[in-house]
Amino acid sequence: MASLDDLKKRIASVKSTQKITKAMKMVAAAKLRRAQESAEKGRPYSEKMNNIILNLSNGVSDKENAPKLLSGTGQEKTHLCVVMTSDRGLCGGFNSNIIKKAKSYFVKILDEGKELKIITVGSKGNDQLKRVYGDKIIENISFKESKNANYFDADKVGKMVIEKFEAGEFDVCTIFYNQFKNVITQIPQAQQIIPLNNEGEESSSEESYEFEPDEDEILSNLLPKNISTQIFKAMLENSASEQGSRMSAMDNATRNAGEMVDKLTIEYNRSRQAAITKELIEIISGAESL
Amino acid sequence: MSEEFKVEIVNPEKSFLVKDDVSEVVVPAFEGEMGILKDHISIISFLKPGIIKILSKSGDENYYVEDGIVEFKNNNLSILTSTIFNITDIDKSKQQDLLKQAEEEANKTDINDQSKYLADQKVEVLKTLN
Repeated sequence: MASLDDLKKRIASVKSTQKITKAMKMVAAAKLRRAQESAEKGRPYSEKMNNIILNLSNGVSDKENAPKLLSGTGQEKTHLCVVMTSDRGLCGGFNSNIIKKAKSYFVKILDEGKELKIITVGSKGNDQLKRVYGDKIIENISFKESKNANYFDADKVGKMVIEKFEAGEFDVCTIFYNQFKNVITQIPQAQQIIPLNNEGEESSSEESYEFEPDEDEILSNLLPKNISTQIFKAMLENSASEQGSRMSAMDNATRNAGEMVDKLTIEYNRSRQAAITKELIEIISGAESL
Repeated sequence: MSEEFKVEIVNPEKSFLVKDDVSEVVVPAFEGEMGILKDHISIISFLKPGIIKILSKSGDENYYVEDGIVEFKNNNLSILTSTIFNITDIDKSKQQDLLKQAEEEANKTDINDQSKYLADQKVEVLKTLN
């Protein structure tokens, strides 16, 4: 059995850990509210954007000559995967869920004999992926400096993806992120952004539009913006998910620490009593022998 | 019958402005300025750098935009833009900053004609703000 001193030290250390996790939980809760708010505020933009593109792509008469961002390059040889994770740890299964989802997709791609390229956004994803897929990672971006997800950062990623697409470096692009459902549930998502996959989605209106300039030109102007918008949406969802995941992880940790303190305290008291009893017995038997 | 319609400006971060008593909006469409009144035909167009003028009963408002898309449908005007400022909020230093950026962009030689055109537009519009 551990000595009294050891137990005392352990209780103190667990207590201070509990203090930290409790503080982290509260910080995460405050940040979550903000992240959730901005995720909700960001929705109208991406929805409207989606709607307009849907209307436009239905209006494109000449499917053959449609912009490549919409119709694809005609082959599916090289896949680019943008894996979006957080820059900080201690957020439960948040990062590993995305990685797991991404890895199963990677295996599928490689099994089919296709080429794989990876861009990681956020340092945690890079840390986990570089061990196995280090040679496939072509770019690693991290936004440690920016406090909140902002459009400027998303635009940077978007522009880079488009640049690579135009240089013919890949045919299909998929982004991986966590969709925020609620504090306990975040769903890892794989979303294909190039070519734009909106088959099966019906246009909301049958109405025909007037276009100025023509559809093709608007589309080719709009599609790159849509890439950035989709990435921004993923970033917003991700940051809300991260805080939610961290909050529930830290809540669990705080509770576990509490339980541990209780258990250790009982053990401490018991061994303290045992020590007192032992001492008493020693004194009594010592006195008797005299 | 009222001659008013609804306008909504959204940027990626939030819904920037919603107004439903607007009588006319002038947007800097790519092929020239375009005034939109009530019962305009459904239209989609995109914007070049310029000034959005919103005319309503409660007063006129001017916004500076760098890019964007407009959609008008069923007397609802949606403007999606990534960069928008209310002109009354832009002070001298801010405007100078933007102008400097735009000029740098316009002076680049390795850009294509369209982005060159857009950058030139930006410079021009920002100069008129003085």
